[in-house]
Amino acid sequence: MSKLLTTRRAVIKGLASSAALTLAGCSMNEPPTYGNVLRMGDWLTYNAHRLLLPRQSLAREYDLRDISAAPAIGTTDPSDPSQTGFVAEYAEDYARFLHDGFADWRLTVEGSVAKPSSFSLDDLKRMRSRTQITRHTCEEGWSAIMQWTGVPLRAVLEAAGIQSDARFVQFHCYDAFVDGIDMLDALHPQTILAYGMNGRELPVAHGAPLRVRVETQLGYKSMKFLRGLVVTSEFDDNGPYGMIQNGYSWYAGI
Amino acid sequence: MSRSATLHRHALWVRVCHWVLALSVFALAYSGFYVLMAHPRLYWGEVGNDLTPAWFELPLDGGHRPEIWQQTVTFDALANKPISASRTMEIFNENGWARSLHFLAGWFFVAAGALYFALGVVTKHVSRDLLPRRLERAGAYSLLQRCAYTGVAFVMLPFMVLAGLAMSPRVVAAFPVLLDVFGGYQSARTLHFIGFGMLSAFVVGHVAMTVATGFRRHMRAMILGR
Repeated sequence: MSKLLTTRRAVIKGLASSAALTLAGCSMNEPPTYGNVLRMGDWLTYNAHRLLLPRQSLAREYDLRDISAAPAIGTTDPSDPSQTGFVAEYAEDYARFLHDGFADWRLTVEGSVAKPSSFSLDDLKRMRSRTQITRHTCEEGWSAIMQWTGVPLRAVLEAAGIQSDARFVQFHCYDAFVDGIDMLDALHPQTILAYGMNGRELPVAHGAPLRVRVETQLGYKSMKFLRGLVVTSEFDDNGPYGMIQNGYSWYAGI
Repeated sequence: MSRSATLHRHALWVRVCHWVLALSVFALAYSGFYVLMAHPRLYWGEVGNDLTPAWFELPLDGGHRPEIWQQTVTFDALANKPISASRTMEIFNENGWARSLHFLAGWFFVAAGALYFALGVVTKHVSRDLLPRRLERAGAYSLLQRCAYTGVAFVMLPFMVLAGLAMSPRVVAAFPVLLDVFGGYQSARTLHFIGFGMLSAFVVGHVAMTVATGFRRHMRAMILGR
């Protein structure tokens, strides 16, 4: 990070304390208000979308002929020490899974669920599946159209039993990132955990063996290299590994 | 009273809206520049990325450099078919705070713009002073001014908001017609950029005219209302 940016962040944080005072009436546990001036716009956008837009409208789906070239960015292999998302502990596990075709890989589902569970790739493939051709819209400004096949997140959550206090789903990944979505997006019919891309197994660079697809938000919410889900009743910015710490908005439906 | 004094008696709401809008537009342009710099390539249609040809590429760093891409997966054996590739280096990306600032400014812009439009209609400021028509009284805005102000306030700025909304995944899920109107996500992005260029030209012209015809007088009129 540049020195300029650090200074700017300090200024923003300073301004933030005054904003936090004015916002003190609002619950600070609601996303995405982390007491920061810039976040007030994100907060307005999130609440305006939830208040004004139809709750479960579907993102546009495309034809096979619309499928395009697809860049893979960020972490493209969590077992590669030269990459930003490298964490030795995860990398060792990931390298092992990669070696035997993800046979031992499991997705854990914990938190506000009736029965904390873990699912193998085969378990997930046996559940109902959904295939959709959608546009991936990167926050950088580029876009690509890919076909995704996976299990609706809703089906996985229901298999573990959603409890009445469940409000957010957090995604924990092998490239160490953590991020979450609210239940409205989690239960959206197009929010799937994808194990297939363009008719093949999900490639490593695109998040094998399992990645999220959140079609109503920007690309960075579609986390790759899933390790586990945690259903929470309270908002969590996920500390140093949370996407928010990069300066990214928690809500990216923009 | 001179003619110019009659002309420049801006109502308080006009002055407040003018400066909130001016600051918002400045913040939108500033943050928009940073958002664009993460990927300074423009396309038409729904899809555009570093692996597809650009319609226009800004001659800046961060542009298309094939050597930063490493082919990882071929999902179609035929030549010249789409591939997937991994980026091997980090690009310039100050997008996080820039996007948040863009939308914070956007909210101020929409609020002040809506207030301006509503009061402009109610007080007949729009129909009397802005809509293009033949001059009726001394000191009124000229036809050229009326065309410029009307074009910017009621055509360009709403167009920019709509093109911006057409880039929102959540908004176009609710209103897919936006994608059809603009011809796709990347077209909307390109048109948003062209609109930025046109509005910048207006701002330059607007400020230049203010300077040319009495900067202090105009500033006093738009700040103090006299």
